[in-house]
Amino acid sequence: MRFIFTRDTWQEIFGTIRKNKLRTAITIIGVFWGILLFVGLQGAAKGMENGFDYTFKDLATNSIFLWGQQTGIPYAGYNRNRTIRLELNDTYRIANQVEGVQFVVPRNAKGIFDGAAPLVVNKLKSGNYKVFGDYPIIDNVSKKKLRKGRFLNHKDISSNRKICVIGERIEKELFEKDDNPIGQYIKISNIYFQIVGVYKENNTDFFEGDDSIFIPFTTFKKVFNTGNRIGWMVIAGYPDEDIVAIEEKTKELLKRRYSVHPNDERAFGAANFGEMFGKITGFVKGLKFTALIVGIATILAGVIAIGNILLITVKERTKEIGIRRALGAKPGEIRGQIILESVFLTLVAGILGMTVGGLSLSVLNNFAKSWDDFPFMNPTVSLQYIGFAIAIMVILGTLIGLIPAQRAVSIRPIEALREE
Amino acid sequence: MIQINELHKSYRMGSNELHVLKGINLDIKEGEFVSIMGSSGSGKSTLLNIIGMLDVAERGEYILDNVPIENLSEKKAAIYRNKFLGFIFQSFNLINYKNAAENVALPLYYQGISRKIRKEKSLYYLEKVGLADWAHHLPSELSGGQKQRVAIARALASEPKVLLADEPTGALDTKTSYEVMDFLQGINDEGKTILVVTHEPDIADMTKRIVQLKDGVIEKDTFVEQVRASEHV
Repeated sequence: MRFIFTRDTWQEIFGTIRKNKLRTAITIIGVFWGILLFVGLQGAAKGMENGFDYTFKDLATNSIFLWGQQTGIPYAGYNRNRTIRLELNDTYRIANQVEGVQFVVPRNAKGIFDGAAPLVVNKLKSGNYKVFGDYPIIDNVSKKKLRKGRFLNHKDISSNRKICVIGERIEKELFEKDDNPIGQYIKISNIYFQIVGVYKENNTDFFEGDDSIFIPFTTFKKVFNTGNRIGWMVIAGYPDEDIVAIEEKTKELLKRRYSVHPNDERAFGAANFGEMFGKITGFVKGLKFTALIVGIATILAGVIAIGNILLITVKERTKEIGIRRALGAKPGEIRGQIILESVFLTLVAGILGMTVGGLSLSVLNNFAKSWDDFPFMNPTVSLQYIGFAIAIMVILGTLIGLIPAQRAVSIRPIEALREE
Repeated sequence: MIQINELHKSYRMGSNELHVLKGINLDIKEGEFVSIMGSSGSGKSTLLNIIGMLDVAERGEYILDNVPIENLSEKKAAIYRNKFLGFIFQSFNLINYKNAAENVALPLYYQGISRKIRKEKSLYYLEKVGLADWAHHLPSELSGGQKQRVAIARALASEPKVLLADEPTGALDTKTSYEVMDFLQGINDEGKTILVVTHEPDIADMTKRIVQLKDGVIEKDTFVEQVRASEHV
């Protein structure tokens, strides 16, 4: 093995490579391309993953939206088509009794699922906008981006304050350009509310858009006379909990409470974001895995191409090898030289491919910055993968080099010299 | 230096067996200059290849410098070739992408000699064949005679016991042939044992002993009065 590290060995290899530039270039292209694809695909998949992570970073991804509907099966003396209205107490029950639940947020709204959007008036301007009755904790489900002022707080809830947070479109539509809405009063369903904040639309909201008004849950209850009823609730599970199981358990609990037939699938509606998010995560994982497989396969193809070309080269160099052997080259030295050539070419091609791959990823990243809707960010390839790719290249380069090397030493020097 | 007893060799050509060497006995002392002659198919090249350990005998004994050459592994053969023998070929067999000095240094590389000494020695032997100024030229930039002189320098560089030349002048015109023979005579004068295979009588006359091969046996083995090549140049 010592001969790997002697200068002479490398001088022989460099000599051979330098004198056969075209051949070397062609040999390298296969592996270069393989590694380029490997790095490119890995980076792109990672970029997608980062993009999704960024998109969902303000969202409690492991969550369910749940609401009452109409029963589908008659049960316990009730007819079918009985309307189920969830109540505030249900949220406490679920939070306390269902395992794995982090928090439960009740919500009420006008102008989205039921009821017309209330009229909102500021001096001479008016419009119809959705109004949500919320607890401050809704911020943990979908982070609100405040442009001005603040969001709802606990004090607002406990003292039923008549304050509101409005969307930036409402600000634009109801206020003059230089008019700061914070501290001003607007009329919602004929009741004055003081504006405490203006929010900006974020990319993961569900219903709010940029034209909604948030008021304290308790205030909503009084203004719209909803009593203990709630529109729907958001149930957030702890990050690692199985959100599908939480949904099942919650529905069981609610079915018992509202005397709904255990097999009634219609009574409660739910949108499971955790499940959807899981599918996206799974998709990204699949993408990364595919990229890995395709990348390795391409590297493999490249290395085989090197082996193939070296095999042709060995045939071309039969005479040279014969001369070397007549001059006293041991079979091991010939074999070692060809394997080293193979590994060296593979590595050079690989490092070149990695460099170009990295550069193209950074170019891609610059482009991606201008695509707002496309989830793509910071495409990178971890050092682990790079190390893995290099290891694969060295191993495959050696293995594939063995074939031409064996062929080279199996030629008897006398036969090699006879070849003209 | 070389002792050969009852050497046999045959090649298998499909179902036919071609008996090329049918019991060769040859004894060459140190410092001899021997030419092996014969028509094509007489087995002269086969004999040289066996002596050069590029081929193996079927039967018989071959002793080189008191070392019996038998049961050679490829590795051992390589070491012996490197240590004992220098080759000169008809078609020169220089490595075309290495310059003259690098070609001459190649056997030294396989001896594991350090770079510095390789360089010194290769220049020394190039100078000996009068090509010191051509050290950094590629074989394609040299004439036939110059190429053969580089090959001779390469054969000498490893300081072998015996020089083996297979039709060294076969690819050269008469004038250059005599120049090459002049070099070989000079080397022989210094005491080196040289074995030349040729079919040209005038080349054979420039050696000291002519071995005539015919149909795989030695027909005639005579010591002759050496014709100095320098008289013809």
